[in-house]
Amino acid sequence: MSDCPQGRSKCEMALRVNGERIVVRAYPMDRLLDVLRGELGLTGTKEGCGEGECGACSVLLDGTLVNSCLIPVLQAQDAEIRTIEGLRSDSRFQELQEAFLELGAAQCGICTPGMLLAAFHLLTKKPQPTIEEIREGLAGNLCRCTGYQQIVEAVAEAAWRGTAV
Amino acid sequence: MKNGDIIGTPVSRKEGRSKITGQARYVDDMALPGMLYGATVRSGIPRGKINRITFGPGIDWHEFAIVTARDIPGKNCISLIEDDQPCLADGTVNHPEEPILLLAHRDRGLLSQAVRAVSVEYDPLPAIFTLEESERLSEIIWGSDNTFKTILIEKGDVDRVWEQADHIVEGEYRTGAQEQLYIETQGAIAAFDTDGRLTVWGSLQCPYYVHHALKKLCGMPADQVRVVQMETGGAFGGKEEYPSMIAAHAALLALKSGKPVKIIYDRMEDMAATTKRHPSRTRHRTAVAKDGKILGGEIEFTIDGGAYETLSPVVLSRGAIHAAGPYYWPSVRVRAKAVATNAPPHGAFRGFGAPQSLFGLERHMDRIAEVLGLSPIEIRRRNFLQPGQTMTTGQRVEEEIDLGKLLDKAVELSDYQAKKQKFTGENQGQDCRKGIGIAAFLHGAGFTGAGERHLGSVAGLEVTAEGTPRVLVSSTEFGQGTETVLCQIAAEALGLKYEDVGFAQPDTAVVPNSGPTVASRTVMVVGRLLEWAARDIRRKLTSCGLLGEGYSPEEFRTACRAYAAEHGPLRSLAQYQPPDDLVWDEENYRGAAYAAYAWAVYVAQVTVDLATYSVSVDDFVALQEVGRVVNPVLAKGQILGGVAQAIGFTLFEKVIWEKGRMQNSQMTNYIMPTSADLPPIRVYFEELANDYGAHGAKGIGELPMDGPAPAILNAVQDALGVPFDSIPLLPEDISEALSAGAAKRSLTSPAKVGP
Repeated sequence: MSDCPQGRSKCEMALRVNGERIVVRAYPMDRLLDVLRGELGLTGTKEGCGEGECGACSVLLDGTLVNSCLIPVLQAQDAEIRTIEGLRSDSRFQELQEAFLELGAAQCGICTPGMLLAAFHLLTKKPQPTIEEIREGLAGNLCRCTGYQQIVEAVAEAAWRGTAV
Repeated sequence: MKNGDIIGTPVSRKEGRSKITGQARYVDDMALPGMLYGATVRSGIPRGKINRITFGPGIDWHEFAIVTARDIPGKNCISLIEDDQPCLADGTVNHPEEPILLLAHRDRGLLSQAVRAVSVEYDPLPAIFTLEESERLSEIIWGSDNTFKTILIEKGDVDRVWEQADHIVEGEYRTGAQEQLYIETQGAIAAFDTDGRLTVWGSLQCPYYVHHALKKLCGMPADQVRVVQMETGGAFGGKEEYPSMIAAHAALLALKSGKPVKIIYDRMEDMAATTKRHPSRTRHRTAVAKDGKILGGEIEFTIDGGAYETLSPVVLSRGAIHAAGPYYWPSVRVRAKAVATNAPPHGAFRGFGAPQSLFGLERHMDRIAEVLGLSPIEIRRRNFLQPGQTMTTGQRVEEEIDLGKLLDKAVELSDYQAKKQKFTGENQGQDCRKGIGIAAFLHGAGFTGAGERHLGSVAGLEVTAEGTPRVLVSSTEFGQGTETVLCQIAAEALGLKYEDVGFAQPDTAVVPNSGPTVASRTVMVVGRLLEWAARDIRRKLTSCGLLGEGYSPEEFRTACRAYAAEHGPLRSLAQYQPPDDLVWDEENYRGAAYAAYAWAVYVAQVTVDLATYSVSVDDFVALQEVGRVVNPVLAKGQILGGVAQAIGFTLFEKVIWEKGRMQNSQMTNYIMPTSADLPPIRVYFEELANDYGAHGAKGIGELPMDGPAPAILNAVQDALGVPFDSIPLLPEDISEALSAGAAKRSLTSPAKVGP
């Protein structure tokens, strides 16, 4: 742990982001979202509401799906953080991305990174979800463009392809 | 020369890969060296005179760039239809979110403290907040009569029909404000270069609207102002006019500070301060013969425009023209009015007045059916417009549309008759009651009336030095698929592959003014211009012998390179030419209101839970005729998204107002549907050719917003036997209505609805 007694000044904190150990200078209560986007330039993680409602800022923290706008960076120390940039080479993630592209699951694209992470998290926990389970599993991520149906279809398709392989 | 396999094919989005990898660049993903952040001090009271502005202690104000109305070099307005809306309040405020003062600092954290440390003292003035208060004229807050616009549409002699009527049916219907709730909030970056030229990068629909507003605000010539659209994370009309405001604010701060300035609204500011769908009231008085035929009617359509005019006159216009729906009215009088209240201006939102007036009409059709003892199907069938008949503005239906057939198909696809019978039989005594409802409607594509003629849009194509053609338009992508469908249209017209055609980032320094990206006009109007431009490019290449009749993409590229070497860059721009047969009389509201209409019949099936009073939509059939479908996956996506947004409008999304200010400006308390809240939505297309659109296409973006609300409330009435005529319809509204004795009685004996 770093030495930030009052939390009122910036201090150095070590993070593990997408498999890399990175030291950042930030206020301990800075939002993980701002550190990822501002300090590390990982702008694939988006801000939609700043209060944990929309899921656009979803990242994986030790494999758990979290809203990075609600996580103080202090709390993310020593955890393994994965963002959309870090999942690029994961073949199961790529399958999801391709299904999103083919089936029209991305429209304006602002919810897409968070939605993909939520879908990836769901399929990790449950490789063969039912349509209902997909709808429930993605209910923490808001999309205003698609009405979700093509997203649900894309996740189902990726799940199917995952077993077909 | 046509490939014939591009139009109608679900090619992938042009910009899709950048979106699924998180690489797409939205305005908040961009930073400039030395950039400051900007913030806005807003009024907080609905109406009053500003006495004094005090900068509180504890803040080093010298570190801040501070902008007031006095710092505006040009005219203090956000120029749109009228110049009535100030960029910054100068002496008076007219709504509780009115911007008064701007601050910029390099530290975002300090900025919010500083905004809180500015205090403004006022002499408050009486304010008005409802349509009725505005109409009473007890306070005049805008112009001489609080009225932005009135419209009168008259057809036939409606005053003579009342005595011939077997029934006169009246009703009043209301819709609430709705927040667009794009997931990316509004934002802009402004910077002046060393030569004093201004560039704004923003999340926006209409680069040339922003360009126009900035020229006037800064008093700068056109070539000194440049507007660039960044990837835009949803818009739905919400980024039609408001981006001019945020761009103006960023520009003023950049001018004052001499540094680039970024303003990104947080969600609360975005929801509270930016435009929403106009609240509305529609009154119908309809004369009906005993066979169910409409003889004539009076329709009064009124919308709340908020404190400034913005786009209210044109929202009103679309609403007024759509108020009579897809029916034949031998005589009708539509009186429409947009009035002022002390709320932030309401503005563009998908559908643009039509969802409001069509909600009233399609609820009213069910009311007429009930009075006459006809089914909702039959009342519509007997009144549908037929080819050759005239609409309320006198426009003849030229298309060979068969609405009766469309209705039959929707009835069949939804299994309407069997379900209706089943629910009627099974509902009695149940805690969960089911119902099914229908709505038939139309949506005009393109600008209303002479709008396209006035715009005179220009779109084009250029061929890069490498021989790659790219689309030059100010039409923007914000989820609907503009880049993709316009590249499909251009590729088809050039005889190339979809992959061969690129799309220039909308940047006023690069692309011509192809008009705003609104009004379901992009594919139909701008797409058609691209067809013309493509034809011209081919003509240029063939006329100088560089290209034959048939060619491969490689031969095309070689020909383009050869052309460029000899004649310079190959480029073609086409300008909109109004068809001779489309004539509009703005003064009398007569003539061709739209070049083409999309037609639709939607069916909603609901369950109303009498324990929780919640309504869930169980099944939804969306059947529409939209001309040629250019990209089936994207077109379906438009309908799915629009229906979902309309279900939100109907059953979820309520703006809570308190003295003109939104009280629930958070996603926590303004609730939009999640993936778990929506039914499977079944989408079906019928395709009739449209002579005016690219490859026979019409517009589809707004259409799905129009029908769901009345279909759902018609289904709720079918389930409960109780009419609801106001949306949003929340559980507390149903609880209240059912607690009332009269409603309870009608619940036990449902309204008579025969076949």
